[in-house]
Amino acid sequence: MTHADAETALREELHRIAPDIDVAQIDADADLREEFDIDSMDFLTLVTALSKRLEIEMPDADYPRMQSFNALVLYLAGKSGQ
Amino acid sequence: MAYDPIEKNPEIARRANMADYARARAEFSWDAARKQIDGFPGGRLNIAHEAIDRHARSGHGAQVALRWISKSGQRQDFTYQDLSRQTNRFANVLKGKGIGRGDKVFALLGRVPELYIAALGTLKTGAVFCPLFSAFGPEPIRSRMEIGGAHAVVTSGRLYKRKLKSLRADLPDLQTVFLTDGQDPGTETLPSLMAQAAEDFDTVPMAAEDPALLHFTSGTTGTPKGVVHVHEAVVAHHVTGQYALDLKPGDVYWCTADPGWVTGTSYGIIAPLTNRVTMIVDEAEFDVTRWYETLAGEAVNVWYTAPTAIRMLMKAGAGAAQAQAFPALRFMASVGEPLNPEAVIWGNDTFGMPFHDNWWQTETGGIMIANFASMDVRPGSMGRPMPGIEAGILEIRDGSVRELTDPMAMGELALRPGWPSMMRGYLHEAARYRKCFRDGWYLSGDLAMRDAEGYFWFVGRSKDLIKSAGHLIGPFEVESALMSHPAVAEVGVIGVPDETAGEIVKAYVALKPGHTPSEDLRLEMLGHARKHLGPAVAPKEILFRQNLPKTRSGKIMRRLLKARELGLPEGDISTLESDEA
Repeated sequence: MTHADAETALREELHRIAPDIDVAQIDADADLREEFDIDSMDFLTLVTALSKRLEIEMPDADYPRMQSFNALVLYLAGKSGQ
Repeated sequence: MAYDPIEKNPEIARRANMADYARARAEFSWDAARKQIDGFPGGRLNIAHEAIDRHARSGHGAQVALRWISKSGQRQDFTYQDLSRQTNRFANVLKGKGIGRGDKVFALLGRVPELYIAALGTLKTGAVFCPLFSAFGPEPIRSRMEIGGAHAVVTSGRLYKRKLKSLRADLPDLQTVFLTDGQDPGTETLPSLMAQAAEDFDTVPMAAEDPALLHFTSGTTGTPKGVVHVHEAVVAHHVTGQYALDLKPGDVYWCTADPGWVTGTSYGIIAPLTNRVTMIVDEAEFDVTRWYETLAGEAVNVWYTAPTAIRMLMKAGAGAAQAQAFPALRFMASVGEPLNPEAVIWGNDTFGMPFHDNWWQTETGGIMIANFASMDVRPGSMGRPMPGIEAGILEIRDGSVRELTDPMAMGELALRPGWPSMMRGYLHEAARYRKCFRDGWYLSGDLAMRDAEGYFWFVGRSKDLIKSAGHLIGPFEVESALMSHPAVAEVGVIGVPDETAGEIVKAYVALKPGHTPSEDLRLEMLGHARKHLGPAVAPKEILFRQNLPKTRSGKIMRRLLKARELGLPEGDISTLESDEA
């Protein structure tokens, strides 16, 4: 999967959870949960949706690599390239 | 199914602060408990003195009181001496702004050291401290600050811009806004004020009945309730910390609750400090690996957490826990909603000790019913009443009250008032407060049973309140926010079961003529709700309906929505006038 595909998937899934947040307005390198105002439950919903949509495993141990929007895009792009 | 009790090794029971429950109950008196705190001459006292200064002055100033772990994982230690000085500085900052006795100081902050310093510094001045959860959106913040009559608030530059700035015009009492970082017109810069403030402050001696804390809780109808607690509550915080959490001086203790909720204040600030432990405060949100690393790496002795977090750890599997060892861990407790028996047993299998569930409410100020360290744990039970607390199961019918004493009789869980941390009122709502009492009982609003050995078992809530991830949410507050969307004609909000969060908030919406249900509209409404309520309160699910079930008087029947959601019998529907479609 390309970087752009990963970003599209993330954007769309985030929009389903936090439709009030405009991706263009956020700091893509800052804390994802804070930027999108999502709680732990929302974060789990996001991870579940992404792993289902992209058919990849996203184990808890990898959460430290999903802390910002950009980090998560990189993670997803790298993950599906494996 | 029934689960076997988890028996305690007699050696472990012997080492507990309360080694013999029956004896402790028989011998306990609140007057004796009062002697465990210092107090000031003339029967006066101050929570902040009991929490910090008495330790700093009795040779424990160098002990770490608060170890803060930042999101990025950096650690910062505050000794009792440091906290004493910092809270003195904060008290002087307030004094310099003319804020003192009886004024309301709010905090809207994440778990940062400034929050703890503001809480205790506020109490030193005699002002009332009111924490707000930082995941609240502007609407819950506005209503709580308005009801509370906030004079000052401590917040971050970011939270101010996002949630508070636009509300200033609606909050005329709010004169002073302290920012912990950054600058904004009309606000004060806290770091520079703290740097200039003197390090000495004479803590104001308060009467036992002077208000100290204001906590908001949700009601089924109407606005949130401002629950008032007094300085004397510290007596109950202190002894419940000893008995129900088994806190011992010098322990490393981690309460994962946010101080925006009552647990995070009573047992995340006050009880641990009065019992002179070292508190771990983690700024970050829940994360499986990080939590296990914190438990192991900080050598946590006592851990107080919540069912949602425990269930998320269970989901992550045994492997994550097996990567660490927890030799320091001695006692684990849970609160927020009933902990399912599977989770209690999982705790026992994973950590070699069960989670000790306990029960209390914002109104009770402290733990009332608990599984104690020396007592066998009955998985799924909330335990037995604290020494000094009398609990009963009541049948309330046509205004008359009868205590049910048969084992496993179901009724409303009630308590005999009189313990120090009992609420002293709902702010500005005397009638609502009076309704909580009947025939010398405080009515909890929860349904429960008591077994033959005196263990209490939670059955359900007698009202429509929703408990999601341990947070109590009033359906009315959520419905009001959705009603403010231009396309909404009517809305009913209920809690639906969720394996991890206990319940999640679900909204049923009927649209005004001219609006058609669509995915775009659903997302727009979800965004609208999140913007007003914040992620902790906003619904996670929204469903469109042509019409909602209503009574003749037009009241939406949440009970019926819920029965249908769960596939349960619909019960008495004689008042149903207009049904859903």
